[in-house]
Amino acid sequence: MTRTFSPLSSDSATPEAAAPGTPRPDPADLQVSVRPTPQGRFGRFGGQYVPETLMPALAELEQAAAEAWADPAFTSRLDHLLRTYVGRPTPLYEAERLTAHYARPEGGPRLWLKREDLNHTGAHKINNALGQALLALRMGKKRVIAETGAGQHGVATATVCARFGLECVVYMGAEDMRRQALNVFRMRLLGATVQPVTAGTATLKDATSEAIRDWVTNVESTHYILGSVAGPHPYPMLVRDFHAVIGQEARRQCLEAFGRLPDVLLACVGGGSNAMGLFHPFVEDTGVRLIGVEAAGEGVATGRHAATITEGRIGVLHGAMSLLLQDGEGQVQEAHSISAGLDYPGVGPEHSYLRDVGRAEYAAVTDDEALTALRLVCELEGIIPALETAHAFAWLEQLCPTLAPGTEVVVNLSGRGDKDVNTVADRLGDQLSG
Amino acid sequence: MSATPSSNVAAGGTTAIQARFSKLQAQGRCALMPFLMAGDPDLATTAATLLALQEAGADLIELGIPYSDPLADGPVIQAAASRALAAGTTPGKVLAMLTGLRGQLTTPLVLFTYSNPLLNRGMDTFCREAAAAGAAGLVVPDLPLEEAERLSPIAAAVGLDLVLLVAPTTPSERMARIAAASRGFTYLVSVTGVTGVRVAMESRVGGLVQQLKAMGPTPVAVGFGISGPEQARQVRDWGADGAIVGSALVKVMAAAASSEAPVTAAVAAAAGTYLAGLRQALDS
Repeated sequence: MTRTFSPLSSDSATPEAAAPGTPRPDPADLQVSVRPTPQGRFGRFGGQYVPETLMPALAELEQAAAEAWADPAFTSRLDHLLRTYVGRPTPLYEAERLTAHYARPEGGPRLWLKREDLNHTGAHKINNALGQALLALRMGKKRVIAETGAGQHGVATATVCARFGLECVVYMGAEDMRRQALNVFRMRLLGATVQPVTAGTATLKDATSEAIRDWVTNVESTHYILGSVAGPHPYPMLVRDFHAVIGQEARRQCLEAFGRLPDVLLACVGGGSNAMGLFHPFVEDTGVRLIGVEAAGEGVATGRHAATITEGRIGVLHGAMSLLLQDGEGQVQEAHSISAGLDYPGVGPEHSYLRDVGRAEYAAVTDDEALTALRLVCELEGIIPALETAHAFAWLEQLCPTLAPGTEVVVNLSGRGDKDVNTVADRLGDQLSG
Repeated sequence: MSATPSSNVAAGGTTAIQARFSKLQAQGRCALMPFLMAGDPDLATTAATLLALQEAGADLIELGIPYSDPLADGPVIQAAASRALAAGTTPGKVLAMLTGLRGQLTTPLVLFTYSNPLLNRGMDTFCREAAAAGAAGLVVPDLPLEEAERLSPIAAAVGLDLVLLVAPTTPSERMARIAAASRGFTYLVSVTGVTGVRVAMESRVGGLVQQLKAMGPTPVAVGFGISGPEQARQVRDWGADGAIVGSALVKVMAAAASSEAPVTAAVAAAAGTYLAGLRQALDS
């Protein structure tokens, strides 16, 4: 199977940085050849739990991706567009005032931000949307569908469809359309049809189900640009590989900035695409701690949360076996988060796997903690992060006091927060007046 | 796991589903297989409707277990699942209802369930309980051939036939492997799409039926999109061994539930009348 990158395994990592008490993963479990296996499995997770109608399309997609990655014409076109259209590479920025904020008398960790918010369309999502649009063109599919939660993946997909002249239909929960009205308008401006989904909880879960139903119906003419490292094989691998550019750049930039690999990588996790993109090129470097932060919503104890890895049980949703928020009868539960992009009861199977083998750690922070972190980053760094991203920042409160001085931490600043200003105003408006 | 011989397994090792298709094939008849959603609008109505469908001439019955995220279903069956879940229907309650019908319901019953409720209960436990409740087979619409390899022997050990699905997009080499692995019958999905009522059947279905039948002795039943007597007859004329009618029946039942009272009697009567019409069309 073709892979997207060659890990620079000769780089020196600091081996002592693993979290205390974390089980040492078996290196055999971390090799890219088992993430996933040729059958699309990440250990006990992954697979293809979809209607038979889609099986040939999944096989076609897997083959098209393998051929594309092996084709220099494809990779050079992708690289060119990532540079000239998306604006890559994104900077690795030293957050000096945030670093100072968490400094103790003896020092503290140094914080770096991988600026995915500076991509065209304002988030990491375009890396995958662009790659998959090029695949759609290769496969001769003229119609593209997508699901979206916060609207960032929908906007990214609408953008690349406009760029390549592809018909675009985006499924979005009616509740999310209300929360993310600005992104709905952006998609329409870009020529996409935004299809409201009122079934179930009218959020990302239901939009994804409806997109899959559309694909089952129109599979012969349509490519489904799935927006996270979720769904049936090959999507978790495919989406990760298009986002791996985040980690590849970060790796190079860390070596340039401080001469070694980072000690800690930190990213928010809904479905988990920005985290997987950052983590992927470092998975075999076990000296680099990988930390994903989920949404605890109103608090994990309240039951109103989206902390799938923290609280979920193994199950099947949207074509993959992974951890899942479900009731005792196996019915999928509603997720809750202030952030529409994290409001999902499932998670990508590779994250469940990295947790299983002891390679990555996962934590959860509440809506309120995320809002506090969002304000802190605005005030100290002059950057308005997306509410999703603010969850990663919020974990710094717990993490930084445990880190030795000089620990190098990279936070994936996965998206900008302009889209969330209305939501934040609803919650913080009074505190900001005057 | 104990492979206790179940009452679904008739003498000579044939299952209830296989025996039913053999009998119909000997008579030169096409099986009529209605689908309904368990617990829509409540389980007492489902029980009464199962018996009404048997009385009206169903050869096999497909019973849906409601699930929160039914990927393969169109709006009619999605809505039925939502109503059933809202009424508190669970797999355990469905199986208990079926257990209560043992002795009365003699028509082979195929349970239609998505992967997650099944895996949540555990494949062994689910199959054992389903067989004990009298089910004869299992259809799992989001479990393609590759993922079915583990479940099929577990189901077979308790006498349950795991029925696999073939779609119009399935390449012929793969179709042959599915037909060889499917138990009881092969479920031919007649459209590229989700369940629902369609105006006309795709003409390529006829060719697919012939292709599948040439691949082996497993009976072929056609489902997804059969909306009335004419289409059922067309499926029969294409040589299918069975016609599955789902959304059209579920709509009839939903209309009866909302327009008349008492609900249970009204729904069961409406379902029986509708099925009798299909029966007449298929036998004419």
